[in-house]
Amino acid sequence: MSCCGGSTSCGSSKPKVVTGSSISNRKGIELSFEDEAASNVNISTSTTTTKSNSSCCSSNSNSGSSSAGGCCKSSTSAPTSASNDSCCKSSPSTKEIKINEEESNKTIISSDATEINSETNTVNTFKGCPSETPSAGSEPVCSSCPGKTACQSQSAAGNPDKRDIEIRMKVIKHKILVMSGKGGVGKSTVSSLLAYGLSCGSGKQKVSVLDVDICGPSIPKLMGVESKQIINSEYGWMPPKTPNHEIKVMSVGSLLNTPDSPVVWKGPRKEAMIRRFVKDTFWGKQDYLIIDTPPGTSDEHLSIIASLKNCNPSGAIIVTTPQDLSVSIVKKEIKLCQELHVPILGIIENLSGYVCPCCDEVTEIFKSDGGRKLAEQYNIPFLGKIPIDTNLGRCSENGKCGVCEHPTTPGVLAIQSIVENLEKILNKPQ
Amino acid sequence: MSTDAKQLVQPPPEHCPGTESETAGKSAACAGCPNQQICSTAPKGPDPDIVEIEQRMKTVKHKILVLSGKGGVGKSTFSSQLSFALAMNQDTQVGLLDIDICGPSIPKIMGLEGEQIHISGQGWDPVYVQDNLAVMSVGFLLEKEEDAVIWRGPKKNGLIKQFLKDVFWSDLDYLIVDTPPGTSDEHLSIVQYLKTSHIDGAVIVTSPQDVALIDVRKEINFCKKVGIPIIGVVENMSGFVCPKCTKESQIFLPTSGGAEQMSKDMNVPFLGKIPIDPLIARSCDEGKSYLITFPESEATKQYKLVFDKILNSVDTKQ
Repeated sequence: MSCCGGSTSCGSSKPKVVTGSSISNRKGIELSFEDEAASNVNISTSTTTTKSNSSCCSSNSNSGSSSAGGCCKSSTSAPTSASNDSCCKSSPSTKEIKINEEESNKTIISSDATEINSETNTVNTFKGCPSETPSAGSEPVCSSCPGKTACQSQSAAGNPDKRDIEIRMKVIKHKILVMSGKGGVGKSTVSSLLAYGLSCGSGKQKVSVLDVDICGPSIPKLMGVESKQIINSEYGWMPPKTPNHEIKVMSVGSLLNTPDSPVVWKGPRKEAMIRRFVKDTFWGKQDYLIIDTPPGTSDEHLSIIASLKNCNPSGAIIVTTPQDLSVSIVKKEIKLCQELHVPILGIIENLSGYVCPCCDEVTEIFKSDGGRKLAEQYNIPFLGKIPIDTNLGRCSENGKCGVCEHPTTPGVLAIQSIVENLEKILNKPQ
Repeated sequence: MSTDAKQLVQPPPEHCPGTESETAGKSAACAGCPNQQICSTAPKGPDPDIVEIEQRMKTVKHKILVLSGKGGVGKSTFSSQLSFALAMNQDTQVGLLDIDICGPSIPKIMGLEGEQIHISGQGWDPVYVQDNLAVMSVGFLLEKEEDAVIWRGPKKNGLIKQFLKDVFWSDLDYLIVDTPPGTSDEHLSIVQYLKTSHIDGAVIVTSPQDVALIDVRKEINFCKKVGIPIIGVVENMSGFVCPKCTKESQIFLPTSGGAEQMSKDMNVPFLGKIPIDPLIARSCDEGKSYLITFPESEATKQYKLVFDKILNSVDTKQ
């Protein structure tokens, strides 16, 4: 049964071409908006079936799109667009990119049947399924799995985007994932504050942010790039920059026609989008790439970790609130990092205490110290606590840099201390 | 033969019309695809599992989804308090289904950590908090609390299908379904599998912040697209009363008017606001019912008002 959410408003609008620019001869990555193959999408409870509008986005990638057109006279040997971006000042041929709400039944068949261990009535969670390893489909445990043939063909083909991704990521010094597992603990807020903190700090680092939360992209709002668009150029996708500090931000939020459009995609489609973000975005030379993730331990996390596998990511920062409920879910994320061999740089405890603006009384709304205790339990560095700070909250809602606007507020002081601790850990001799 | 069991020899290519669609194997895009033979010859038709799910759901009078789009706004807290409140009447049979596969909070909030399910002749037995309150979650299927369920979409969908198909709920007046944040596999599958079993409606939970409302608007549009009636929107974590000076302040600022304004703009009912009370978080951590433990608090009063509105809406539509 194909379904995506009954995308009845899957429109047929074509991408707007910026007037005055010629389209590059080089066939870059294009998101085509017309899909000849319609799919039946009907999940409404009405009895009449409706065929969805056949126009929907499907990516039409051509290979070799990441190499530069020849403008970049970089000293690096690889003649790619991932070189110093300051040379690309000539306006590249551009095309705005938008996506429409679309069907998403490009499922890769894998086991739908859950393996329940009949003796213990427990599920086989991760151990035993080698789908993310080179031996996918070939292990003894794969023999009865319906996904065996799909895994075997995928592992044989290898990852064709690997080289492109490595080229892009090679010129980014530190790639840091911000993860949690639990929703609403402040991953996106912490990602944006870390980005601002690193940019404003004494080192004045070059920072970019990648938002791989496909369903709930908060980063464009928090960083003030809501109305800005991604431009498709011959060097790749040019992400919009923040008004403060010109931080590059890539998010699916910047690709939506309207901010209220839901992105109702199944896992494989999200994976494809994330891989394109990593492969096709023109970041240029950066000191930091902060990657904001959604809650959970699922497709997005597996995809981003797999995409960065050969690019030496620095590690993950885990965000939690002090509450037991949050900590119990966050432990799963720690387990995921351990299973997939992602180093954990540290734990941040967010929403840690609220200072009443009238009487300065501190109330621990979500308990206290849960993050620190978790760090001790797993022997992970504790990077710091961030209190609930309404000044910072207001700045975030307005897409402004809280670090610049309120340099002495408790939240900002906490962020600055966390940034210092993080830099110490990253620059520690191995 | 279930359509899920079709085995492709290669992952579907870029322009695939959908391996389970009517034109699978027959469209222009299928020429040259190694799966073409399989797609064109595999039987298509209604999924027999959905028929089984319909049978199971015949004994469930009302099904209510608790959605948000945004994480951490209090969906699980709200679902659990609603279930506790409904089950306070001993004659009401209540079920709580947690389809958040990656981050199952319900076992902890309901005080059922460490419990396991049993498989009987009638199916999977849910775990009972009390005689008239049954709970099912992937949390009961884990060996250890910190075990992570690192599954991709299709596998999560399979488990959700089994929750609906194989769990022996028996006769229920209300089945509350707690969902994870987002608009993805879990949401699509619950809507798809309950397609013929009639969902009474969805309660959308949010916090007052703009950042939350962006995602919640998407969720409301998702519900409208897939045809789920919206019972209403609840604004959670709305206002904090300082225990020392008793003045109210807004921790999560409603910069653009909060959920009430958003509900007006999107033409959906607004059910009410629940204030922040640190005792709610403590009750969740301890696995106790906040309404029973603190019956006189302001938040309990607001919860009850919201629950009454939900029941009126659901019972009137019957």
